[in-house]
Amino acid sequence: MSISSQFINLLASILLLLAFAMLSQRRIKSLIRLFMVQGMTLVVSTIVIAVTTNQSHLYSSALLTFALKVVILPLILYRLIKRLNVEWDVETLLNIPSTMLVGIAIVIVSFNLALPISHLAGTITRSTIGIAMACVLLSLLMMITRSKAISQVIGFLSMENSLFFAATSTTYGMPMVVELGVALDVLVGVLILGVFFFQIREKFESLDLKHLEKAEGE
Amino acid sequence: MNAFGIFTQLLQLLLTVLLAPLLLGWVNQCRAWLQNRKGAGIEQPYRKLRKLFYKDAVIANNASPLFRMVPYILFGSMCLAAAIVPSLATDLSFSAAADAIALVGIFALARIFISLAAMDIGTAFGGMGARREMLVGFLAEPALLMVLFTASLISHSTSLTETVETLAHRHFEIYPSMAFAAIAFLMVLLAENARIPVDNPASHLELTMIHEAMILEYSARHLALIEWASSIKLFAYVSIGIALFVPWGIAQASDWLGIAFALPILIAKLLAGGFGLALIETVMAKQRIFRAPEFMGTAFLFGVLGMLVHFLLGA
Amino acid sequence: MNGLAIDLIVFAAIFWIALGLVGLAARNNPVFVRWVIFPLGALVGALVAVSAFLADAPETAISPLGLPDLPFHLRLDSLSSFFLLILGSATVGISIFSAGYFRNEEKHLGTICLQYHVFLAAMTFVLLADDAFLFMVSWEAMALSSYFLVTTDHKIPEIRSAGFLYLLMAHVGAISILLYFGTMGGDHSFDAMRKTHLSDVQATFAFLLAVFGFGAKAGILPLHVWLPEAHPAAPSPVSALMSGVMLKTAVYGLLRVVFDLLHMELWWWGVLILAIGLATALFGAIFSAVQSDMKRLLAYSSVENIGIIFVGLGLAVIFKAYSMNALAALALVATLYHCLNHAFFKSLLFLCTGSVLHATGERNLGKLGGLIHKMPWVAWTALVGALAIAGIPPLNGFVSEWLLLQAFLFTPGLPHSYLNMLIPVAAAALVLTGAAAGYVMVKFYGIVFLGQPREETLHGAHSTGKWERAGLLWLALGCVFLGLAPFFVIRHLAEVSMLLVGANISPDKAGWLFLAPISPERASYSPLLFMVVTLCAIGLAFLAVRRFYHGRMRRGSPWNCGYPIRTSRMQDTSEGFGQPIRQIFEPFFRIGRELPSPFDSAPRYSAKTEDRFWYWIYLPFARAVEYMAGIFGKIQQGRILVYLLYNFVTLIALLMFVQ
Repeated sequence: MSISSQFINLLASILLLLAFAMLSQRRIKSLIRLFMVQGMTLVVSTIVIAVTTNQSHLYSSALLTFALKVVILPLILYRLIKRLNVEWDVETLLNIPSTMLVGIAIVIVSFNLALPISHLAGTITRSTIGIAMACVLLSLLMMITRSKAISQVIGFLSMENSLFFAATSTTYGMPMVVELGVALDVLVGVLILGVFFFQIREKFESLDLKHLEKAEGE
Repeated sequence: MNAFGIFTQLLQLLLTVLLAPLLLGWVNQCRAWLQNRKGAGIEQPYRKLRKLFYKDAVIANNASPLFRMVPYILFGSMCLAAAIVPSLATDLSFSAAADAIALVGIFALARIFISLAAMDIGTAFGGMGARREMLVGFLAEPALLMVLFTASLISHSTSLTETVETLAHRHFEIYPSMAFAAIAFLMVLLAENARIPVDNPASHLELTMIHEAMILEYSARHLALIEWASSIKLFAYVSIGIALFVPWGIAQASDWLGIAFALPILIAKLLAGGFGLALIETVMAKQRIFRAPEFMGTAFLFGVLGMLVHFLLGA
Repeated sequence: MNGLAIDLIVFAAIFWIALGLVGLAARNNPVFVRWVIFPLGALVGALVAVSAFLADAPETAISPLGLPDLPFHLRLDSLSSFFLLILGSATVGISIFSAGYFRNEEKHLGTICLQYHVFLAAMTFVLLADDAFLFMVSWEAMALSSYFLVTTDHKIPEIRSAGFLYLLMAHVGAISILLYFGTMGGDHSFDAMRKTHLSDVQATFAFLLAVFGFGAKAGILPLHVWLPEAHPAAPSPVSALMSGVMLKTAVYGLLRVVFDLLHMELWWWGVLILAIGLATALFGAIFSAVQSDMKRLLAYSSVENIGIIFVGLGLAVIFKAYSMNALAALALVATLYHCLNHAFFKSLLFLCTGSVLHATGERNLGKLGGLIHKMPWVAWTALVGALAIAGIPPLNGFVSEWLLLQAFLFTPGLPHSYLNMLIPVAAAALVLTGAAAGYVMVKFYGIVFLGQPREETLHGAHSTGKWERAGLLWLALGCVFLGLAPFFVIRHLAEVSMLLVGANISPDKAGWLFLAPISPERASYSPLLFMVVTLCAIGLAFLAVRRFYHGRMRRGSPWNCGYPIRTSRMQDTSEGFGQPIRQIFEPFFRIGRELPSPFDSAPRYSAKTEDRFWYWIYLPFARAVEYMAGIFGKIQQGRILVYLLYNFVTLIALLMFVQ
């Protein structure tokens, strides 16, 4: 194996590690920090792929990722939790080891599901598809196990990150138009959700989503 | 079994046993610096050992012979552990007798004996400490084994020297599975050596102590041996960490010059490792004891994930 | 010794029965029974062990006994000789111990003696049987004799109901085994079964029946419920025999069926056995950690060990199914070695509890403590057993654990991607049970033998007699020997693995000092060297401390952080020690707790942990059976005319059918 593909593998497993870390992290502030690190890992992996495959458009994609996922989104989220005054909120979670056990099962299943795809893929980084898929599912699992709105949004964003990683590692990135579009969507999405948070809080004086369940009938 | 193997074996054993209190002193000193204290100096553990050895031992009226045997057993088994963890060289003649699984077995041996000794006097604290120690060990032991297995899968061998040789000397390769193993290992190291998120080595607070609760009834030379054994244990753990995750610089087989180079490299790595440990202990807070199973369970699952990633990526 | 070994063993079994009969006849002379019959039984056990160990190649014999035209076939091959070795060597210790133990049972001694020796003989014939007929007869004889032994104290209602449950489960299992033999067809000799070739579906059906039947005997999940009831109910030597040896006959049966009689392996059979084994092991470990009765604790620990044995068996089947015979051999050797080890350390611990029970009359952990001062022999031998069962090097439990983990580390070669990844997770779970066993043993040993006596009555506890000591010592030495010199037994096991999976591990390569199942580079372990170096380090430390410092020591009252009030009641109870496990694995238990109110003048706390399976499976099943019985009961009118009518109708129907 060439050194760059080993490096990609390392980054892939760091992403997986981060997904598990997010799954077991209670503090919202640390979650945002983890999200930032995740973004940074993506940037590095994109650059590595760009260097090894000489795909120049990946550089701009890396730059975009850096701007959006390492700088802008975390900043927005930080400001959000500061203004919502939930900076030090700690979530009550399900038993962490059992959540992680489910996570391990997900890893096994998603790797085996991805096996046929990775046999088809001819890129240098095909074994990472399973990991990317596991990350997507783990982010979804994280959204399921959380009750606070902000952590769900972070789960959503990390899912998008995993998808992005899957795309870069299997097909050397999406066309620039698509990428820009997705980036814009995510940005606007977070902004709108930010507004939502204030609305939710104003209405229920909490960001806990279980209040929304009650609101259904009204 | 060649002369070189025996020589490195003895040299490493001697170094470990003698230097272990120094590492502990260094960690404590770093902690003091980080906390803006002056600290007692890195040679403090030696002074403490010396003081304890000269004192008269007092043991409880109803202590059984087991109670008096345990410090020696502990010391002996930790020496054994120190002997088989390759820290200075990978050519250790004794390593064929005990592999990674046996190493975990040695730690289990020590843990069970010290827990039994804690229960021997029949005080409330002793039993409580024993129970907590076994609880931590119950999850830490498998976690450590998973870490070692992850490394073994790479080298196709559970022999520690073989594993470290593979990691250190064959051509450079990145093993992503070791990233998971490293995190799991760090957590195990903290828990098994009674360090901060799980236990506090500096406190005698009844409700939180684990290790200290078990050795409350020991005094003088018995206590000295136990303290010494725990410092060897810390040294052995840090050496495992160095050997698995930053093995570069360890002496190759039959290489006299290698040892001369390996020693300063090892000391540098130990100093860095000790500082890192102190840093972790300073920035982290002691967890509630009920959180300990969760902490260890997470470590265990990270270890399992490390093994899985090895299969996922085929590396 | 061609043909000699099997004759000797058959002779030994018959001699056992004879000893039992003599014991029954001489029941008015209990001293004779205890001091002559039981030691002779031990000698016979030694004979069985030695002739099984020295036997080479399959030996067959046909006994003239049996039904006309249906003689009993006997066969001694390496598999049965290994299990006979287990039986014989464990019996030596247990019988010697019994010679001293049954001194309080003068009244029943004759019957106990008969049942005990018939039990031994029945197990021998189970292991020797080479046709379904003899197998079932001896299997049932084994179940019945052990049932009577379990219900020795039949005046106690709990013991009666435990015995009933045991009998019921034994028979449900036996029916399943019978059905299995039915599906195999042929003339019911094992030779014919070896020759028949079944289709996959038929074989699977047969396999499932065998797993159910033998699993019920072995106590796998969810058929384990009888085990923690029946084993503690029996007198301790019988518990030792049941746990240490009888459970192994079930393992023997399954091995015989899967590898020998069906002689085909599908990979998912292995996965099934592995999964069941893993669940059983985890379940047993967790439940033994929360028990307060010392014999129940050991019984659950037996469940755990059977689980571990099944895990190894499943792994062997998986490897064999993918024709990785050498690895199958490794897993199999680990499994078989664990069977032998378990026979030794579990018997040892059960006998120790027997001694404690005799000395104190107490089985509840919460009322024991500090017995190391009163019964040092029992305490030190129990320490060996406890360390061995916890898988601590250099004792024997570690050797089999080590071998099994080595087998697990080879799974990357499996050509099935799901298995490839799930099996490391299984290895992780297995390691977890190993660590839990350590927890359980610290609890068991620490609470029974260490600390202060929790009750006043314990101060009067007396030490054990000579016979008991000899029996305990035999088993403890066995644990040490099997731990230090695994080479000799493993060389013997090579024949078994050759027979069953067509390959063996080659321990010879690394010499007798080292255990290196694959190659010395891959993994090696030398218990003897390990032991010597540890002892040297300990000795040197001791001498150095004495030489350079001093050995001055004085006794005082315990420090205990300076708390002035100290009573023995302030020690951890067994519930307290198990509390963390109970908390972590709370969903597994059905916990009934009674908490005292703050205003109670005499506060009482009680916590009861129960098995959920009892409520999930057994009670609904029992209710269903009762309901069905009620429906069928309606045809019982109690009038003779109606019964005659039934007879008449049946007769007509049969006649028509035959015609």
